Amino acid sequence: MALKIVKGSIDRMFDKNLQDLVRGIRNHKEDEAKYISTCIDEIKQELKQDNIAVKANAVCKLTYLQMLGYDVSWAAFNIVEVMSSSKFTYKRIGYLAASQCFHENTDVIMLTTNQIRKDLSSPNQYDTGVALTGLSCFVTPDLARDLANDIMTLMSHTKPYIRKKAVLIMYKVFLKYPESLRPAFPRLKEKLEDPDPGVQSAAVNVICELARRNPKNYLSLAPLFFKLMTSSTNNWVLIKIIKLFGALTPLEPRLGKKLIEPLTNLIHSTSAMSLLYECVNTVIAGQYSCSVGRIKSHLLCVQKLRILIEDSDQNLKYLGLLAMSKILKTHPKSVQSHKDLILQCLDDKDESIRLRALDLLYGMVSKKNLMEIVKKLMIHVDKAEGTTYRDELLTKIIDICSQSNYQYITNFEWYISILVELTRLEGTRHGHLIASQMLDVAIRVKAIRVFAVAQMATLLDNAHLLTGNMQRNGICEVLYAAAWICGEFSEHLENPVQTLEAMLRPKVATLPGHIQAVYVQNAAKLFATILKNQEGNTDSTAAQETSQMMIDRLPLFVQSANLEVQERASCILQLVKYIQKLQQKDVEVAEEVSALFAGELNPVAPKAQKKVPVPEGLDLDAWINEPPSESESEDEQPKAIFTKEEPKHSRPRHTEVDEKELARRREARKQEQANNPFYIKASPSSQKVYQEAPGVEHIPVVQIDLSVPLKVPGLPMSDQYVKLEEERRQKERAEKKKKEKKKRKEKRSGRGKKHDSGPESEEDITPAHVVDIVTEEMPEVAQEDQNHLPSPYLCRVKICICMFCLCRPLADSEKLPVRSHRAAGAPKSPAEDGEAENATPQEPKKKSSKEKRDKKKDKERDRKVRLRCWKHLPPSGHKSDSRSTPSEGRTAARRQLRRCNLMTQCFTFLVFPFSRKVCDIQGNLQDGSQVVVSVIFENKSDSFLKSMEFNVLDSLNSKLQRPEGSGPHDGLTVPFQLPPGVSNEARFVFTVQSIVMPQKLKGTLTFIVKNEDSSTHEKLDFKLHFTCTSYLITTPCYSDAFAKLLESGDLKSSSVRLEGVNMPFHHLLARICFHHHFSVVERINSCASMYSRSIQGHHVCLLVKTTVSIDAKCDEPTLLGNVLDEIKQTFSQC
Amino acid sequence: MRFMLLFSRQGKLRLQKWYTATAERDKKKMVRELMQIVLARKPKMCSFLEWRDLKIVYKRYASLYFCCAIEEQDNELITLEVIHRFVELLDKYFGSVCELDIIFNFEKAYFILDEFLMGGEIQDTSKKSVLKAIEQADLLQEEDESPRSVLEEMGLA
Repeated sequence: MALKIVKGSIDRMFDKNLQDLVRGIRNHKEDEAKYISTCIDEIKQELKQDNIAVKANAVCKLTYLQMLGYDVSWAAFNIVEVMSSSKFTYKRIGYLAASQCFHENTDVIMLTTNQIRKDLSSPNQYDTGVALTGLSCFVTPDLARDLANDIMTLMSHTKPYIRKKAVLIMYKVFLKYPESLRPAFPRLKEKLEDPDPGVQSAAVNVICELARRNPKNYLSLAPLFFKLMTSSTNNWVLIKIIKLFGALTPLEPRLGKKLIEPLTNLIHSTSAMSLLYECVNTVIAGQYSCSVGRIKSHLLCVQKLRILIEDSDQNLKYLGLLAMSKILKTHPKSVQSHKDLILQCLDDKDESIRLRALDLLYGMVSKKNLMEIVKKLMIHVDKAEGTTYRDELLTKIIDICSQSNYQYITNFEWYISILVELTRLEGTRHGHLIASQMLDVAIRVKAIRVFAVAQMATLLDNAHLLTGNMQRNGICEVLYAAAWICGEFSEHLENPVQTLEAMLRPKVATLPGHIQAVYVQNAAKLFATILKNQEGNTDSTAAQETSQMMIDRLPLFVQSANLEVQERASCILQLVKYIQKLQQKDVEVAEEVSALFAGELNPVAPKAQKKVPVPEGLDLDAWINEPPSESESEDEQPKAIFTKEEPKHSRPRHTEVDEKELARRREARKQEQANNPFYIKASPSSQKVYQEAPGVEHIPVVQIDLSVPLKVPGLPMSDQYVKLEEERRQKERAEKKKKEKKKRKEKRSGRGKKHDSGPESEEDITPAHVVDIVTEEMPEVAQEDQNHLPSPYLCRVKICICMFCLCRPLADSEKLPVRSHRAAGAPKSPAEDGEAENATPQEPKKKSSKEKRDKKKDKERDRKVRLRCWKHLPPSGHKSDSRSTPSEGRTAARRQLRRCNLMTQCFTFLVFPFSRKVCDIQGNLQDGSQVVVSVIFENKSDSFLKSMEFNVLDSLNSKLQRPEGSGPHDGLTVPFQLPPGVSNEARFVFTVQSIVMPQKLKGTLTFIVKNEDSSTHEKLDFKLHFTCTSYLITTPCYSDAFAKLLESGDLKSSSVRLEGVNMPFHHLLARICFHHHFSVVERINSCASMYSRSIQGHHVCLLVKTTVSIDAKCDEPTLLGNVLDEIKQTFSQC
Repeated sequence: MRFMLLFSRQGKLRLQKWYTATAERDKKKMVRELMQIVLARKPKMCSFLEWRDLKIVYKRYASLYFCCAIEEQDNELITLEVIHRFVELLDKYFGSVCELDIIFNFEKAYFILDEFLMGGEIQDTSKKSVLKAIEQADLLQEEDESPRSVLEEMGLA
């Protein structure tokens, strides 16, 4: 035995240590892998020995190899062995290896619990420290649960070294085991005032990180942090505190007011850029209510940022621009004055800075400065090195110009010239982008067509310039647009024959197929126009010459390898030959030929197709023909010319799928959709009639400014437009002044000062010619499809530490699980003693049923808090909605609000122990006796809910619609299951006989709660409240129709006074509109008339006066009475 | 902070510390990707870049790149200071540190980092206390090692 040990030790002398290994690897550069594999074999041998020193050495080497990317997971157990060595040297290596190699799925982690616990309570602070450090890297939920109590004890350790580490690691523990937050929080709070600065800063760190996840819980700490902020001089800590306040201020606006002073002081005084930057960021992000302070502080921020951007340090420059872009979102004006500086940044050597500056410019343009900015950008395009940056510039120019429907463009001739100039860029990938812009502008801005056609004709004529080396050149896409525009609007062409000739040059045959196809097609259009022009002439030879040219040139395209080109060319060739025959007989053909291309093409909104309702009985998923079994070659797919075009769905080509298989798959898909909470199902009741159908407005086309030369020799220069525009504006201004002077003379009043022409404001600039931007067409039958609105409920629930309220006293059940068996010889700290004895030792997994109930209660309380917030939503939702048009409102929040507005009829909140239900009752417009109730089920428990059945006790008046064949008392199965934390929506249809009375229906929901080991049947009772309001549908009414209605005398009247309402009149109206589905017909001074209609066609008219009395008329007095009662109730609540 | 990497100009990883549990495969992928991006940047460029949903802050010291990944709301400048502080600590400990020091004593470099940062948060803002902790831990280690006699080592004692 002894001999064996001696032998092992002698072997050890020849073992490689880490240094040897590293040196070896460096010496074996050529066959590194081979060398390392021999090393690993050696290490495996070493690990088999009993000597812990050998093992530790091996583990150390493995840690190094792990970093080089080798798998060492096989040695996990050996790492644990080394960790448990009693010697600090080895323990340290063991923990280091563990922290580098272990992750949540490492199974040996379970074995470490006791070892770590032992180390945590070691008398040697460095043992404890090393264990804490290691644990911070590989803590798992299980470890966190088992060790939380031990770590919490360490937070009050005598040594600051340990306290500091324990505080920091608590954050990781909270993340893995959120239940530990509440019990540990008081102690964490104590540490904010720890005498040791290290511990204090650790506590600030942890609380700041926690607050970023859920600020609400930490509002109460604000005074404490405020004190810390004003007293601390440690920049690291200050930054964290400021960050924390940044998270808190949105919740407590008063805090913002209070913070402004210390923050501005810091901004003025600090020399640390990081602190300055943090302050500036917080001021920018904070929504400070005090307006004077805000403006001042904002100005200060912008000033400081300017200094940052002017700094020679690239880092500061970058951050300055980044922060500027944040200000831009809220205070565009204050950034715009620094345009010069930002334009300078475009010259910076650093590409990331240039890109940041570009981003900023996008938000800074206005009608006034667009031309100037774009001009600068064009200069940069010329100078730019590297195609990626140049392409970026190009897309940005187009983005800037085309943003919000060309809002900032005052002169489209200028824009077309810019686009044409951009075509001179070599090697850009964005030819198609330019092309689609050209098409878009030419189609939508009618006034520009003459000019655009002239430009495009020049482009076609000079096509050889663009197509230097065609195949790689994306720019030839532009020719696609040019050819199409020249063809489609050929009536505007100056010299159509010349353009036709240009389009049929032999060189064209080298262009990509899809462009050639357009060439051929548009050559035909041009031909038609030429014929029409020439028909009037007495001399018919010119027309015949044109036909001859077509006949001569087209065969080139007939031979094309591209099928599309070939087909079009041969078709048109035959047509032209036939025309020629007729021409020779002196028959007039022009009319008929141009009839081929008659009619105007209008742009269609991208979403138009979606808005067209699918006709009944049409299944879009069904195959028209069974798909062919063999796949076709698709390599000649032309590239999409419109950038917005959606990628073509390449349908997977199934080989022969039989009916059964299809049905099975469909069923499976349905099943999947039913269980998928993110899948919004089609409902039978999306009955919002599409009300505003923006038709094509035909504004008379205005003459083009003749000072602009229409014929530009060669390619145009956009610069001249800048000058022209300047002159034009000056002229305009001068005229305006003249007019004003006149006015003033007429008035001879001293109040003219107001009109003094100060700096030109945005509104003063009128576009050069009134361009009529054709609105995109939308089908008029379209329905507002609610299913497209993402449901706000679906994304709202997240179980995380945020949900635990910290202000509540601790419940017994929440005490941290205390170790059930103690490690031998572990000393107990006296403070912990009592608690350990009080709590009965128990395995955390086996919780008593009482405890479970407590937990549930806690959760319910949380839920109530959240529900309350929710109830406040609808009114504010209305406010935001009335301002934004339906096409806007992209942000999630707005969407959420909007959804509320669309659907709110009557919300009933029901708090369930397991699930929450929110329901919404809505009348069905098409069927006067149907009401749809949408119910949102939200599973708040930790268990799986399934087999939910929804049942309502029918009344004589209202009945739940059940599927055919089921009895009158059968429940409806909810078509989905709910995993924990998930919500989903189901809709139920009710038939209602009479709608004049509000009603309450009793119902039950039964479901199965499935836990890991058991499942129970549960039942919930609820009430559905059908108010009369929910039978009303917002219907617009014109004032004359309204007057007629009142005159008809069929209506009974009634009136009501609202007591104690003191809100602005328009708020009052908005509230009635929102909560009770009325629309305002007319508002005259102190009164307003309002109208609504019930699903059964009752008219309800209101006259609301500022004295808050409502006179109402309706053809159904009972309904009216109830609606008025409900209105009264709404206002008594606020 | 999500993770910290040290790598050489040649693209050799010298140190890696992950503060959130990440699968080995993802780690490798991210490291490779990041090294490519950072090494391709020119010296005049700023030290920040946006990458996936993270912000990357890097700085080059001699032939070594120090590279940190932080979250959206984190402060870039303070991260730069963290990097600098770490370099200072290494410098103090090794005495004008060079790449080879870190290669051959990589476990020491880790120990220093662990004393300075924990779970991605700064543990101690004072240089002195970090170095003191390291020194004492080293002392403890030497005590461990020194009293061993040859006999003990042979397992005979």
